[in-house]
Amino acid sequence: MIATPVNPKVFEPMGQLFVSLPHCATLGFQYLGADGRKPVLKVDWREDLVGNPATGVVHGGIITSLVDTTSAVAVTAHLERFETIATLDLRIDYLKAATPGKAIYCRAECYRLASQVAFTRAVCYHDNPDDPIAHGVATFMRESSPLPMLQEPKA
Amino acid sequence: MSDFMEQFAELRDQKRFQDIVDAIPYARLMGVELGEDESGELLFSLPFHERNVGNTVLPALHGGLIGGFLENAAMIHLIWNRESLDTPKIVDFSLDYLRSGRPKTLYASCEITKQGKRVAHVLIEAWQEDRSKPVAVARAHFLLATTS
Repeated sequence: MIATPVNPKVFEPMGQLFVSLPHCATLGFQYLGADGRKPVLKVDWREDLVGNPATGVVHGGIITSLVDTTSAVAVTAHLERFETIATLDLRIDYLKAATPGKAIYCRAECYRLASQVAFTRAVCYHDNPDDPIAHGVATFMRESSPLPMLQEPKA
Repeated sequence: MSDFMEQFAELRDQKRFQDIVDAIPYARLMGVELGEDESGELLFSLPFHERNVGNTVLPALHGGLIGGFLENAAMIHLIWNRESLDTPKIVDFSLDYLRSGRPKTLYASCEITKQGKRVAHVLIEAWQEDRSKPVAVARAHFLLATTS
């Protein structure tokens, strides 16, 4: 059985909120929904996202932003209520070059939510998560700011 | 070897810093600027742009953007300091966030810790107003030779 988000009223708006943040919107990130507690984001190939002009391969920084953002959304699938989180560290393994012209997807999961820190892992792929182009692990600090990224909906 | 690497070498020899950045589409989109510090080492700067924000409440720069800026800096720094016309390939990238990136210019500089036959290790540091208070530190491994 696939675990459902701890609080869909937190998780569902957070996916949309994260892709609407200015840098994510600039990169064209799309929130495709979630497989249980594992959100999936997509970014289409674009000329201005290229890192190697000789090959047209997307810049590694796009993968970094995609992993960071999708992993943050994955953390919110485990939250009871809205809180601000901040990335503490992030590691990306570049398993193979992305294919120019193809969209990149990222699926992330939070595999441990501790009282102060959340631990995540993510894969980036074109067609199949079992054939990844990059793998990312990250940790997030919880309650990183008293200023909420989203307000509780008014009852 | 590629046209890009030949172009890079030519721009480096002419010290056309900004043309190097502008040859890399995502670096141009971020708004990266390149120059030299007082000791002649490459100094990367990223003036604040609204499109680079990741938290609109604080506000703060997007963590992924900071990663992209540092990774881009590492790659340019490495190519700049090598004679080879082979394009280095990034293998992995690890980033520690120490402070949130405020809506101000972000700076970065790099150091090649080790350059072997096959692999290079690069350290990268980012700061804003005070270099003794880094916003992030990172390290990257690059493959230097293609063996296909």
